[in-house]
Amino acid sequence: MAVKWNKDIDAALAAGKAHNKPLLINFSAAPA
Amino acid sequence: MAVTAHIKEHPAYFHRFDVLWTPTVLILDANGIERARNEGYLPNSEFRAQLEMGLARIAFMHKQWVEAERRYTEVAERYPNTSAAPEATYWKGVSRYKVTNDHSALSEVADELKEKYQGSVWALKASIWLH
Repeated sequence: MAVKWNKDIDAALAAGKAHNKPLLINFSAAPA
Repeated sequence: MAVTAHIKEHPAYFHRFDVLWTPTVLILDANGIERARNEGYLPNSEFRAQLEMGLARIAFMHKQWVEAERRYTEVAERYPNTSAAPEATYWKGVSRYKVTNDHSALSEVADELKEKYQGSVWALKASIWLH
């Protein structure tokens, strides 16, 4: 299953709280 | 839910979550509380095991003992050759104990850790529970 990546942490935190879902945050410095 | 933050696009996120090295992967519960942190690259099976450990930790910290035991058991069984396996074995025993209040749950995992993961710190931590 493909992961749908978000770039807005605050929106994701709000959605996680609203839907009672955990949140994964990937911090990267890899070249695009 | 998954978020990606690149150092060049969102340096403030790095500061906000005290991230000093990449890759770093955080697992937060639904309340936004950090429950797991993995710093540095991991091969696929190790990475997957650590992600599932994070979900188990969320259940554990929410005192969902049955769910935590189930998740830790799955990690130990699915990824027996990873660094997560001895830790998962330890915490499945603790979760079982939390459900049953039966000390035999602890001695059983101590035996299991001694047999399977003798050199791990988790076997040492559990050694106090050996018969």
